[in-house]
Amino acid sequence: MTKAAMNPQQSLTQRLANPTRFMELSGRVLPWLAAAAALLIAYALYLVFFVAPDDYQQGQTVKIMFIHVPAAWLGMLGYALIAVSSFGYLVFRHPLADVSAKAAAPLGAAFTFLALATGSLWGKPMWGTYWVWDARLTSMLILLFLYFGLMALRSAIEDDALAGKLCAVLGLVGVSILPIIKFSVDWWNTLHQPASVIRLDGPTIHPDLLWPLLYSAVGFSLLFFALHTKGMRNEILRRRLRSLTMAEVDRARTVSATAAAE
Amino acid sequence: MSAFWTLLKRDLLLQVREGGAVGTALGFYLVVVTMMPLGLGPDLNLLSRIAPGVLWIALLLSALLSLPRIFEADDEDGSLEVIATGDLPLELATAAKALAHWISTGIPLALLAPVLGLLLNLELSAYPVLVATMLAGTPAISFLGAVGAALTLRVRRGGLLLALLVLPLYIPTLIFGIAAISAATGGPSGFQASFLILSAISLFSLVIGPVAAAAAIRFQTQ
Amino acid sequence: MRLAIEHLVVDRGARRIVDGLSFAVVAGDALVLVGPNGAGKTTVIRTVAGLIGAAGGTIALEGGDADKELPAQAHYIGHLNALKPSLTVEENLRFWADYLGAGAAASIDEALAAFDLEPLASIPAGYLSAGQKRRACLARLIATPRPLWLLDEPTVSLDAASVRLLAECVAQHLAGGGLVLAATHIPLGLARERRLELSAARSAAA
Repeated sequence: MTKAAMNPQQSLTQRLANPTRFMELSGRVLPWLAAAAALLIAYALYLVFFVAPDDYQQGQTVKIMFIHVPAAWLGMLGYALIAVSSFGYLVFRHPLADVSAKAAAPLGAAFTFLALATGSLWGKPMWGTYWVWDARLTSMLILLFLYFGLMALRSAIEDDALAGKLCAVLGLVGVSILPIIKFSVDWWNTLHQPASVIRLDGPTIHPDLLWPLLYSAVGFSLLFFALHTKGMRNEILRRRLRSLTMAEVDRARTVSATAAAE
Repeated sequence: MSAFWTLLKRDLLLQVREGGAVGTALGFYLVVVTMMPLGLGPDLNLLSRIAPGVLWIALLLSALLSLPRIFEADDEDGSLEVIATGDLPLELATAAKALAHWISTGIPLALLAPVLGLLLNLELSAYPVLVATMLAGTPAISFLGAVGAALTLRVRRGGLLLALLVLPLYIPTLIFGIAAISAATGGPSGFQASFLILSAISLFSLVIGPVAAAAAIRFQTQ
Repeated sequence: MRLAIEHLVVDRGARRIVDGLSFAVVAGDALVLVGPNGAGKTTVIRTVAGLIGAAGGTIALEGGDADKELPAQAHYIGHLNALKPSLTVEENLRFWADYLGAGAAASIDEALAAFDLEPLASIPAGYLSAGQKRRACLARLIATPRPLWLLDEPTVSLDAASVRLLAECVAQHLAGGGLVLAATHIPLGLARERRLELSAARSAAA
């Protein structure tokens, strides 16, 4: 009986060997990561509001760009992270990879949504309407749908391990079709609209605007990684709690079985 | 390879015997297309301009209805597990089933499209192009749809989730399918380019679909 | 030919169902897994059939066809019958014979006769009673020759006469040098039948 009770626990610790090291490391890094993100974003905002000049054409609305561009970049990075994690989970069976993919999905979706929201706020004064079927905005919207699909699939399947594997399959299918979607949306856009739409982040950018943008991009990226690390830590704790609960159930079952035998 | 044809033949035979699914998809297609003029007004010029888009979107929705059935019945009666113990790799078995879906649903829908084109005042010159484009584009619907069907196999009320997963993946097919038809009716793009890209997308999904679907099924039967 | 299972470990979710199980089945031999519900009988059979991935250990069919995977040399009879209600018994059987046999000589008539299905051959499987469906499912074993039979509760919903038919088929299969790994509550009444107590095997290994 004692052996039967011991066995699941042993495999439990085996399975958590790597996550344990991750928890230690991330616990030490996370405060620094979060502090650096806060400082950089604060400095970038200071530059944006007090140093950088307004655009002669766009006026103050250009300041939206300092949030919009990093958000769009992180929205895409989130999916790339999911794709890499999915590959790592399916090929190397590393449990941390699944934790990473799971934590990245809502973050990526949030930043994608932020990019869409800021894009449409910027569009109102520039285009006179909140939504224009601009190729970039449309691609971001479809990316948001892909995030929704991943999150919906994961929440629809109760078995965590199975949900992780199926989401990894979907993530890889998604990332292999994403370039085709991007290509087709660009193609569709040039087909239906003259290319005279003002680009939010054109190739020519004033250096006074470039530096704040760079600080903002790095600051938000650090924020993304801090949140991602925190999300992974939460997920690991949640899984630990569930394993402990299941071990408890096992123990109770063994005890009652022995009692019945006696 | 004979196992591949055996499976394909059985799935088609089952479609004929059990009927229903194809008829439902065709009926749905008809009804959705009919709703469009009722919603947009009977202006024939407007209708003929938006006809390619309406025909393609309605076709996607109709095909979507029949997707869950690709693997569902075989999963429920245990056939899928026995299929997995065959000599045929599961990737080819899923390909056979997706191909059966294309033949039994994709082709009938594509052939119905010109009839519905009449309702939308589509130019007569566009009809051969319409059918050719849909035949070239619908394999992507079946083979990418098979991935969605496999992923949501054991999900309760998986149909809605399936739509959410699969529709964004259909966007390239939709865009180039419509572009190819518009080109033939004097649209801004070249027909050949869109048609070739459309075929390329179908070929791509022919490869990625069965592999991903087989992986998803393996994870779930375990 | 010999089915050798060594140190098999199988996890289901976070639970370890099979932990270090070892046994062997030789040609002409039948091994019946016994044990209480949840002891892992179905899990072992499904793992051998390749439907569940093992977390550790080896499963090998020594002396089998080297070109084929183990599952492709085995018949898996699970809890479900894998019959299509709209196809006749014969069509169902022929499909599985063609699909699983992949070129091997299929003997549909022999299979129908073995399970007393001739009168039902042209009737759609949907009309059959539970016991008749089970027999139609089991006929797959005869229609396509495969050396290893994996039978998970094959006698479910069979009457005494049908169980005897199954026992005859199993005995014939064993006499021809076949292997059988089964989980069943009803004894098949075979001459050479070994039993493996699963919960006992598990704690002995631990």
